[in-house]
Amino acid sequence: MNKQMYDKKNVIAGIVIFAVLVSFPFWYNLGKAAPAPELVLTDAAKAAKECVMSKEEMKAGHMQLLDMWREKVVRESDRIYVSAKGKPYVMSLSNTCMDCHSNKAEFCDRCHNYSSVTPYCWDCHIDNPKAEVKNFKVSENSKEAK
Amino acid sequence: MNANYIFSLIAVIVLFLLAYLGTEAAGLHVLFGVVIPYTAGIIFVAGFIRKIMNWAYSPVPFSIPSTCGQQKSLPWITPAEIDNPFTKKGVIVRMALEVLFFRSLFRNFRFELKDGSKLSYIWEKWLWLAALAFHWAFLAVVIRHLRFFTEPVPFFVRAVEYLDSFFRVEVVNTVVQIGLPGIFISGIVLLAAVIYLFLRRVFIPQVNYISLASDYFPLFLIMGICISGILMRYFLKTDIVSVKAFTMGLVTFRPAIPQGVGSVFYVHLFFVSVLLAYFPFSKLMHLGGIFMSPTRNLTADTRARRHVNPWNYPVHVHTYQEYEDDFREKMIEAGLPVEKVQ
Repeated sequence: MNKQMYDKKNVIAGIVIFAVLVSFPFWYNLGKAAPAPELVLTDAAKAAKECVMSKEEMKAGHMQLLDMWREKVVRESDRIYVSAKGKPYVMSLSNTCMDCHSNKAEFCDRCHNYSSVTPYCWDCHIDNPKAEVKNFKVSENSKEAK
Repeated sequence: MNANYIFSLIAVIVLFLLAYLGTEAAGLHVLFGVVIPYTAGIIFVAGFIRKIMNWAYSPVPFSIPSTCGQQKSLPWITPAEIDNPFTKKGVIVRMALEVLFFRSLFRNFRFELKDGSKLSYIWEKWLWLAALAFHWAFLAVVIRHLRFFTEPVPFFVRAVEYLDSFFRVEVVNTVVQIGLPGIFISGIVLLAAVIYLFLRRVFIPQVNYISLASDYFPLFLIMGICISGILMRYFLKTDIVSVKAFTMGLVTFRPAIPQGVGSVFYVHLFFVSVLLAYFPFSKLMHLGGIFMSPTRNLTADTRARRHVNPWNYPVHVHTYQEYEDDFREKMIEAGLPVEKVQ
C-alpha cells in the first residue's frame, strides 16, 4: 500500500502558517543588531558614586522603591528615606532621582523603551522640573527608621 | 492520595531542583540558558510537524462528522448549517467557533438522578469558562513575552500589554507592595484557571477516575511556569534589561549568558523548555489536532456524496452474473432457476 498524504494543500498550508508564526522572533529580528541599551551617567551621578540602593537592587527594583516613596510622601507625609548605608535622602523623583539622572532620554527612557515599559511617572513628573519642597518637615516615622 | 498526580508533582519538583541546583550550585548556565532552550525549540517544531504529517498520512475510513443538528434533507426541513455543516463554509464557521470559543464545551451538562429515578440535566459551564480563561490568558501571556524577543517591540505586543495592564491594582503598605510594575491580569487569570483545572481533576470523582499522570503533568508544569514568572516580576525581581539582552541573543543566534540574573529565571526558562519539548508527544498536541479531527473538519453530506474509504483493498469481484455464465448449462441440467436462459 503506497502511503499518501490526504488534504495535502490544507495540511501544507497549516504547517507553513505554524512555521511562520513560531519563527516570528527569528525573522522579525533578522539582520537587525539590537544591543542592550547603554546608559549615560551624568557628571553629577558619577560624582555621587552611589545611588540610594546598590546598582543591582536599583536595576531590578527601582519601580517598587518609587512606589513606596510615593506612598510615604503622599499618604504619610514622610519625606526622608534613609539608605542602607544610613544616608538620608529626600524622597522625590524630580528632586532627588532626577537631580543626578537629569538625562531622562539617555538614562530612564533607553531601558524602558528597550523592555517595552511605559511608566506613568512622567504623566505628572514632566522632564526634570525642579520643585521647591515647601513645608518641609521630618515626620516622626522617619526619625525612628534606621 | 492519587499516584497519578503525586508522580507528576514529583516530576515537576525534580525539574525545578535540576534547574535550580544546576545553575545555583553547579553553574551550568550555558546548559540551561542556551543548549536546552535551543534543543527544546527544535524538538517542538520538528516534533509538531512530524506529528501533523503522521496524521495527514492517516486515511479517514469513514465520514464521521459529529452531527449536532438537523442534517440538510428535504427542502422544507430547515437544516442546521453550522451544527451540521453541509458546506465547506459551514465547516469553517463551526471550526472557528470551536477553536476560538470552545463551543462543544459550552454544550456540557451534568446529569444527576433526582428522587431515585428522575434524570435531570444540570447547567454546568465551569469547565468551559475555565478552559476559555486558561487558553486566552495563555495566548496573552505568550504574546506579551514577545517583548523579550523583538526589537523594536511591535505594536500588537504593546497593544496586548496595554489591555492586559488596564486594571490598575495597587496595594502598598509596610508588608506588601503591589502596583509597580503594573499588574498583568493574564498571568493571574492563567494561574487561577490552571489551578481550577487541576482541582477539577482531583475533586470531581468521574474526572478523577479518568485522569492520568499525563493529564496532571502539564498542569503542574504550567503552574510552575506561572509561579516562577509571577515571582520574578512582582516579588523576587529580575533585571529585565539583562534578561532581554539574553533572549535577544538567543533569537539572533548570538547567545550570551547574562550577568546577575537569578536562578528563578533559569527555572522559568527550563520549565518552558520542558513544556516545548514535551508538547509534540503529549495531549497538548490538540493545538494542531483540533484542525485534523474528522469529527470536526468533514462536511456532513454523507447522504449526498459518497465517502470512499481510502484503504479499501482492490478486491476482485466475481458477480452472480459471471457465476451464472460459468455454470449455466449445469444449473439448467440440475433444474436450478437461472436469470438468463441462453
